[in-house]
Amino acid sequence: MKKICLTVVGLYFWLLSAFAQQYNVDTSSYKNQNLKLDEVNLVSGYFNQNGDHSAVTGGIGTQKLNDVSNVLELKFVKQNEQNNKYTWDLEAGYDHHTAASQAYVNPLGTSRAWGTRFYPSLNWQLEKANGFNFGVGTSLSTEVNYHSFGLDFSVGKTSKNKNTDINFKGQAYFDKVVLIEPTEFVPKPVESSPSTYTTASGNIVTSGGKIIKVRIPRTPRNTFAGSLTLSQIVSKNFQVALIAEGVAQNGYLGLPFHRVYFTDGSEKIEYLPSTRFKLPLGIRMNYFLGDKIILRSYYRYYTDDWGIKAHTASLEVPYKVSPFVSVSPFYRYYIQTASSYFAPYEQHKSSDTYYTSNYNLSAFTSQFYGINVRITPEKGVFNIPFFNMIDLRYGHYTQTTGLQANNIGINLRFK
Amino acid sequence: MQLIFSMKNKIILLPALGLFVLSITTGCADVKEYQKNKINDAEMQLNARKVEKTELNFQSYREGASGANAGKIGGGCGCN
Repeated sequence: MKKICLTVVGLYFWLLSAFAQQYNVDTSSYKNQNLKLDEVNLVSGYFNQNGDHSAVTGGIGTQKLNDVSNVLELKFVKQNEQNNKYTWDLEAGYDHHTAASQAYVNPLGTSRAWGTRFYPSLNWQLEKANGFNFGVGTSLSTEVNYHSFGLDFSVGKTSKNKNTDINFKGQAYFDKVVLIEPTEFVPKPVESSPSTYTTASGNIVTSGGKIIKVRIPRTPRNTFAGSLTLSQIVSKNFQVALIAEGVAQNGYLGLPFHRVYFTDGSEKIEYLPSTRFKLPLGIRMNYFLGDKIILRSYYRYYTDDWGIKAHTASLEVPYKVSPFVSVSPFYRYYIQTASSYFAPYEQHKSSDTYYTSNYNLSAFTSQFYGINVRITPEKGVFNIPFFNMIDLRYGHYTQTTGLQANNIGINLRFK
Repeated sequence: MQLIFSMKNKIILLPALGLFVLSITTGCADVKEYQKNKINDAEMQLNARKVEKTELNFQSYREGASGANAGKIGGGCGCN
């Protein structure tokens, strides 16, 4: 944890020095059309949760989890003589979590209860002067039990009067799930010295302390998505976006360390269909009310072929305390039906074709509320001209399953 | 719950949504660039804030529904 904090502090100082140099350069070469660092964002977050329905232990047991995340985004921009704008967006994220349930991959609670995730991405975009835009991107994500490689592209057009924008985005993810199973399902090695336990990464530690590294098999999970967004300025103070998305998944869609306990007392690993189709439809409406209040609203209808139907509605009300400071309370309500494949602990029949006790797929409602404070001083934060924004956000989350969570995030923008 | 997801409600909601979209796309004013000082305000942006990145992640991991946020739809496990 100390290492992560020091790394983040180091990054902040590096950014300060980088922009200090660029600020000097900009004043002397104002019309330079070369590629330049246009914007840097640092987004850090802390999340914690607690509940009593962990899927690792079959729908009972602790869900206590802490997660620290840091994302650094560098945006480079180049503009040519035809006013075409090229943007390179380079992002790298690093998360570290501790999860109490993860320890119970081994029923004795001795598996590693922490993990890290590293996820870089690169996006390139061309915005032509005639309103046409096109972009491509790639991303990676790696953690001990999950690896992902993503590709995406987008194409869009803005109307002549810049009041209407239509955009299509295609995304594909080629993931690998590492088949780390609960220890009791792992075949014991035939050896003279018997194994004592299997770690979360699948290695076997013998009673003599010897570590036997095991190459755990991986299985694919593919995700393909297409989304169409129509944004429209309706009046001087009202704009709307409609988002329609289709997501198709295939491969191994469960998780190998999620246990299910049946009515007859038997135990298996969760088993779910190898395909899933999701259809979320969303609408955002933002309205400037008077001179100081903005209404940011969002609604989403969701349905999939696993039997889940959900509604999400949220409202955020930024209040401009001054032209440079806004305070925004927000509230989000969510309701979903249960998937056909879900049943709580010891409620599945052993004759069921598909089975899971993952409460993400149960019927519940959730509420999320909190506050966002955005500061954009005219002369820069702490009078540093290129340090132009701090966005600070806190939210408390409750589910009717009993899950409670807190999330705090900060975005520092240098431009 | 039954009431919210009933077929009857769907039949009412879908045409209402269609009419709403139609009214937006046909009833828009031609807003000039010099009239966009409120539209261009940072708080009026139609996408999610960057600082919402972590909360959108945890919501997609803790809930059955996800997407329609104009963001990424994959890339991580969210296993824990």
